[in-house]
Amino acid sequence: MIEPSLTTSINLNRSLWTAPGSFRRRQLANHLMTGLCGLMVLLALLPLSSVLWLVFSRGLPALSLSFFTQLPAPVGEVGGGIGNALVGTLYMVGFASLFGIPIGIGAGIFLAERGEGPYGRTVRLMAEVLAGVPSIVTGVVAYGLVVVTMRRFSAFAGACALAILMIPTLARSTEEMIRLVPQGLREASLALGVPAWKTSLFVILRTAMSGVVNAALLAIARAAGETAPLLFTALNNQYWNFRPDQPTASVTVQIYNYAISPYEDWHQKAWGAALCLLLLVGGLSVLARLLPRKRT
Amino acid sequence: MTAGPKLEVRNLNAWFGKTQALKNIGLGVRANSVLAIIGPSGCGKSTFVRCLNRMHELTPGARSEGVVLLDGHDIYSGVDPVSLRRRVGMVFQRPNVFPTLSIRDNVLAGLRLNRVKADYDAVVEKMLKQTALWDEVKDRLRSSAVSLSGGQQQRLCIARALAVAPEVLLMDEPASALDPIATAKIEELIDELKAQYTIIIVTHNMQQAIRVSDDTAFFYMGELIEHGTTKNIFTNPTRKQTEDYVTGRFG
Repeated sequence: MIEPSLTTSINLNRSLWTAPGSFRRRQLANHLMTGLCGLMVLLALLPLSSVLWLVFSRGLPALSLSFFTQLPAPVGEVGGGIGNALVGTLYMVGFASLFGIPIGIGAGIFLAERGEGPYGRTVRLMAEVLAGVPSIVTGVVAYGLVVVTMRRFSAFAGACALAILMIPTLARSTEEMIRLVPQGLREASLALGVPAWKTSLFVILRTAMSGVVNAALLAIARAAGETAPLLFTALNNQYWNFRPDQPTASVTVQIYNYAISPYEDWHQKAWGAALCLLLLVGGLSVLARLLPRKRT
Repeated sequence: MTAGPKLEVRNLNAWFGKTQALKNIGLGVRANSVLAIIGPSGCGKSTFVRCLNRMHELTPGARSEGVVLLDGHDIYSGVDPVSLRRRVGMVFQRPNVFPTLSIRDNVLAGLRLNRVKADYDAVVEKMLKQTALWDEVKDRLRSSAVSLSGGQQQRLCIARALAVAPEVLLMDEPASALDPIATAKIEELIDELKAQYTIIIVTHNMQQAIRVSDDTAFFYMGELIEHGTTKNIFTNPTRKQTEDYVTGRFG
């Protein structure tokens, strides 16, 4: 019964293959579109390659050991570095991660596991709105909440602003990662007599862990590259600072200050600092990409 | 040993939202016997076994009513579902090993997560031997569980379920995703396991029901149509619907 329709479909296919004109035309169209796609890829890569080229070619000459270890030199003096800004960025990003990562991942677990009710929907909506808030606005909020209350610019205020930036994106990506875990694993664990909270933490989250670590690294990289939220929270500092209640230098704000200055030497240092930042952020992103592959 | 059945179900009804999935089910399961549940798709077989370890109520919108007695005590009144599930284990249709854990840690998952202290090495060896997996995996206990074949993974799931020492083992179409050789191994295993456990197995495969079970229950449209010894159900059914189903006239 099936055979006649089967043979007609085979004949149909064969006639398509053997019609020379249409095959040529389709082959031509195929090559044309493939070429067009390749061209678009090249165009898309152009900005990236020019950024890399500019930053490396202008930044590399500025790099030296003292560039990483010394304080900024006063105008007119040669030498000096961005040591305090590097430390400040690492310090504030680390501080922000301390609040931002647990809260972000915790919110993500909540959204994935208990996020169906009206409360969960509200939290998800809030996270989405918060993720869309421009970072300068986050800076203003941290200024109003922390700087005004403490009556001083501080590393703490900068870290708060960065943490607020990290939380919503981390929460949403953690939720996505946990939702990717097959439902069968949850059932397997519950059927073994494992309580629901242990199932969430030790089975579901553990299975999603490589994805969550990935998301956390990307959130850290994003925070490290922010300038706007630090401008009027951490401000800047010409000296070493390790106290959370004092203004603190950061690589991004330092780049901004150097770049808008009229001095050639400072411009050079801005390129150098930009290269450092690029390596730091790029390195984190590459690490985030490589990590899950290593696991399997 | 008491004369009463290991597991007794009375007037069990179950719903998904407004749809009734089980209607007034009543049956008993003797200790150390194998009960096969057969019936066409959507007849409530899976829902029935999921009511026996209270997994049914985890589905959003699902609920159930009725009495399920395990050793004479109702599992729906005054029993913590979490501790119940340690007494009534379950194996699912698709092998669901924990992908981030090793073979050894999969066997131990139930014990570890419940903080049960034991001689872990001995448990691993005993469970893997019981599920006829030991010789195949003894040299790579620390490698990932997903490196095993589908049939091996399913036997690992059985080992994992048995490691928490349940009394009853529910199997929801445990061989439906496996090839004939792996299926044969699972069936042999069921035959050996019934010395220690009471087993309820859902199956689409009537030959399998004949091979592994002592008793058979035939479900249709959420109702228990007939329940009796496997021999009687397949050779001398009393109901027309049962006869039509087991002779392959529908379903």
